[in-house]
Amino acid sequence: MTIHYSSCCSFKISHLSPEFHESAQILCIQKEGKNVQEQVKLNKKKLTTEGAQKLQEGQSEVAAETPQPALFGQEKQIGDHEKTLKEHKEDKPQKLLEMNGNTAVPHSYDYDLIVIGGGSGGLAAAKEAAKYEKKVMVLDFVTPTPLGNSWGLGGTCVNVGCIPKKLMHQAALLGQALQDSRKFGWQFTEEVKHNWMTMTESVQNYIGSLNWGYRVALREKKVTYENAYGEFVGPHTVKATNKRGVEKLYTAERFLIATGERPRYLGIPGDKEYCISSDDLFSLPYCPGKTLVVGASYVALECAGFLVGLGLDVTVMVRSILLRGFDQDMANKIGEYMEEHGIKFIREFVPIKVEQIEEGTPGRLKVIAKSTNGNEIIEGEYNTVLIAIGRDSCTRNIGLDKAGVQINEKTGKIPVNDEEQTNVPYIYAVGDILQDKLELTPVAIQAGRLLVQRLYGGATTKCDYVNVPTTVFTPLEYGACGYSEEAAVEKFGEENIEVYHSHFWPLEWTVPSRDNNKCYAKIICNIQDNERVIGFHVLGPNAGEVTQGFAAAIKCGMTKEQLDSTIGIHPVCAEIFTTLSVTKRSGENTLQAGC
Amino acid sequence: MAALWRRRERLLGESGLRRMVRALSGRNEYDLLVIGGGSGGLACAKEAAQFGRKVAVLDYVEPSPQGTKWGLGGTCVNVGCIPKKLMHQAALLGSALKDAQHYGWNIAQPVHHTWSVMAQAVQNYVKSLNWGHRVQLQDKKVKYFNMKGTFSDPHTIRGLTKAGKETIITAENIVIATGGRPKYPMHVAGALEYGITSDDLFWLKESPGKTLVVGASYVSLECAGFLTGIGLDTTVMMRSIPLRGFDQQMASLVTEHMESYGTKFLKRCFPTKVEKLESNRLQVTWKNTDLGTEETDSFDTVMWAVGRAPDTGTLNLEKVGVKINSETGKIIVDASEATSVPHIYAIGDITEGRPELTPTAIAAGKLLSQRLFGQSSELMDYDNVPTTVFTPLEYGCVGLSEEAAVQCYGSDNIEVYHAYYKPLEFTVAERDATQCYMKMVCLRESEQRILGLHFIGPNAGEVIQGFALGIKCRATYPQLMKTIGIHPTCAEEITKLHITKRSGLDATVTGC
Repeated sequence: MTIHYSSCCSFKISHLSPEFHESAQILCIQKEGKNVQEQVKLNKKKLTTEGAQKLQEGQSEVAAETPQPALFGQEKQIGDHEKTLKEHKEDKPQKLLEMNGNTAVPHSYDYDLIVIGGGSGGLAAAKEAAKYEKKVMVLDFVTPTPLGNSWGLGGTCVNVGCIPKKLMHQAALLGQALQDSRKFGWQFTEEVKHNWMTMTESVQNYIGSLNWGYRVALREKKVTYENAYGEFVGPHTVKATNKRGVEKLYTAERFLIATGERPRYLGIPGDKEYCISSDDLFSLPYCPGKTLVVGASYVALECAGFLVGLGLDVTVMVRSILLRGFDQDMANKIGEYMEEHGIKFIREFVPIKVEQIEEGTPGRLKVIAKSTNGNEIIEGEYNTVLIAIGRDSCTRNIGLDKAGVQINEKTGKIPVNDEEQTNVPYIYAVGDILQDKLELTPVAIQAGRLLVQRLYGGATTKCDYVNVPTTVFTPLEYGACGYSEEAAVEKFGEENIEVYHSHFWPLEWTVPSRDNNKCYAKIICNIQDNERVIGFHVLGPNAGEVTQGFAAAIKCGMTKEQLDSTIGIHPVCAEIFTTLSVTKRSGENTLQAGC
Repeated sequence: MAALWRRRERLLGESGLRRMVRALSGRNEYDLLVIGGGSGGLACAKEAAQFGRKVAVLDYVEPSPQGTKWGLGGTCVNVGCIPKKLMHQAALLGSALKDAQHYGWNIAQPVHHTWSVMAQAVQNYVKSLNWGHRVQLQDKKVKYFNMKGTFSDPHTIRGLTKAGKETIITAENIVIATGGRPKYPMHVAGALEYGITSDDLFWLKESPGKTLVVGASYVSLECAGFLTGIGLDTTVMMRSIPLRGFDQQMASLVTEHMESYGTKFLKRCFPTKVEKLESNRLQVTWKNTDLGTEETDSFDTVMWAVGRAPDTGTLNLEKVGVKINSETGKIIVDASEATSVPHIYAIGDITEGRPELTPTAIAAGKLLSQRLFGQSSELMDYDNVPTTVFTPLEYGCVGLSEEAAVQCYGSDNIEVYHAYYKPLEFTVAERDATQCYMKMVCLRESEQRILGLHFIGPNAGEVIQGFALGIKCRATYPQLMKTIGIHPTCAEEITKLHITKRSGLDATVTGC
């Protein structure tokens, strides 16, 4: 959506975006910066019935150069008929009035809530707030990557995170399935090649549909969306800059910062010019070819894992340990498995320079790396260098200082209290930018939703950041919930924890006769608390599906005894957890034999 | 040594007859004798051996009417869970081959499936398990007799080898774990002569070809599902409802999916005769109860999956006074798995009113040995046993079906949360997810304890297992809602269930 300002408060609208049609709350700002708020009410009926379809056919068709529509004075959207009726029946007219904002409180702000960042957390919060009839705006803007790549609404998870990575992981798993299938009686030509573009286009098409879905959802929920970069310029005020450089100011009673993170670069010659990050990989318009993945984060290992699964030559350069923060016993097993499946690891080296040998799609790059514990220098040639050494919070260029929001200067993260509130009481934050919290989509969603329910719905439930399950989609998936073994030892002392573990061999892998005793199950129990399970770890197929239910059980305080008395489902991988009997302390064999 | 001595002392006081039998036969006395080397029997025997007891297992596979037989390990390993899940996997891989093309894998058509390659691979794996079980018994010093056992008195079993050689075995405690075998509809002419059952299917050397599967049990649907999946023309004939005993909404989604997947259904039909044509094909005649007509078609294979019957016939149970349910033929046991004869126990599929599942038999067997020899008093908890039906779209469940919950608590007192979801992997593969569905049946009162959980979708067993534990820990709906999802998985949708059936709202999951 672009708005051309011809003069104060007289404007034309071209290229209507869907959310414009329904929420139709447009604010126009005088050049001097004095706010004049107007609300545009379009012919809603026409647009809701025809809008979506027409927009799909081509947005410009709907309202190119539409003259200024009717303007209404400042007013708030009144709850629909059904809602009003319901409130009336429940004899809560006062509440209804309050909900609709028709109380005596002056309208000092443009919005009740402005959310900066349209990712998982921000969108969840915005949509939730809209349920309470709040006037909500979402500002989302994707700063292009150094290579010029950008994407639509939805944030990291949808565009350059969970979704594309799991789909590409699935593509790699299907490569394994092709091999397995021959052993199960399927016959087809010997040579099967993978086509990067077919996969990437399918994945991008799906992402496109999700972007669209988010915009529609915002529109349906009457959340105003602007594809503009939001930054604080003063108390209760943000400046939104769209990609044409048009600036607008908005005020709100409350703000939610949900700007997330972006991949970190190495800061060495050639990194931004020639290397890609996960922000580029999933939409790369050519097969990356021989790839060097720099880093040992889960992003690094997941990407390396699916690239090798698609048949590429992949090397991972690791500075120190794999999957910092995760259980290291599991991390090393993941590394071993990846190595056995064709990934080369260069350990204790860091790149110091990347040079282009030849341009192309992909081109050829020379990587010069230095040992972390000496002066040894190595060189390697790759088609693609993917940097996955970590992510930085997008908090340093959003004017937080102007609003007085403190960040951790070192990490850029925002400290919040247990209600996601920053040091500035009316400014909240959720998602990856939070200090000491988990960088996970469902956590951001949960935190955002619960925050809004507390703010507007009278709820008191706080987001519970404890025992959050997660899964790393490496070729051998890793699901975890609760303490790592190291953390448990540190917290409770080695003598007070009991670790039960076992290897297992998924039935499906027996016929293709592959990877016996690679899958592994481990639980950590607190001996002093009735052997309560405080850590759950599984390496194996569908680890996420397996872990989810156990995470729920951990929430319910499951003990080893309860685990033992639960009947397994035969034959599935998850059943191994109901028959764990070997403790790590005992040193007994954990290799599986028989059912 | 002390234990041995005590045992000898005790034995001296026993009946003269048994002493005589022992003296005459010169056979060893066992602390525990298990009849039936299936999942439950083997688990029970091995557990008893862990306590240093002298244990023997009798196992004998009566060949199927078609002559199929197999090794040690019982139904699950040989003609049940293991081969069926592997063949199910073969079918899933067939779908994976189709998916793979959407994911960029260039697979030149045509793609064929060769039954014999699959069957050989599956059978080899099963044989390795048979061997594994024998090795395990040996390692644990459990005596294994490949014999059919018959009671000759309450402590004495007469074992008969295939060659007719007889062995008398006496034991302090006896566990019956002989399981069940597929039923034949004996009133249908040609059923026994021409039909096969799941006892034969997994051991067929050649493809069954165009197959009619008769029955609506999970065995029927699972087999028909994987046969369809590997490309065979497959028809299921069922007289009444599918998956009796399971949640019926889920059951219809399962069959609905199978229909869209290519399995044909002959509903409300029952077979009347099977004849062999000159072409060697089988001509099946059936009654269509809807139309009141008689219809026929010819098939290469007719498989009966009309239920299973307990294998008690040759045990001579009347002689020792072990009571059975005359209707079902199953052995009546108490909470400690004891039959009407105190030192004779029964576990697994042969017992009355117990779930017919491998893991329950294993758990019951282990706990029984622990109580007999390990000073334990823990009883087997048969409530909230999770299970999974490995139809093409899998169905996993734990706890009460919606019907059962309504019956127990009344529909006003339960709340059903449900959702139709789309697995992420289905999107790119352009797969239909119409039947991907889950529901959670809860009590409606404030605590909202979860009574049942039902899930249809890929990896249903993996998804349900952990939740089964949650339900064991008396999980409530609010607790589940506090559990954060794992993104992107199917299981996470369970933690996001919020639409109640009562509300009538659209239960389709949208967005992330």
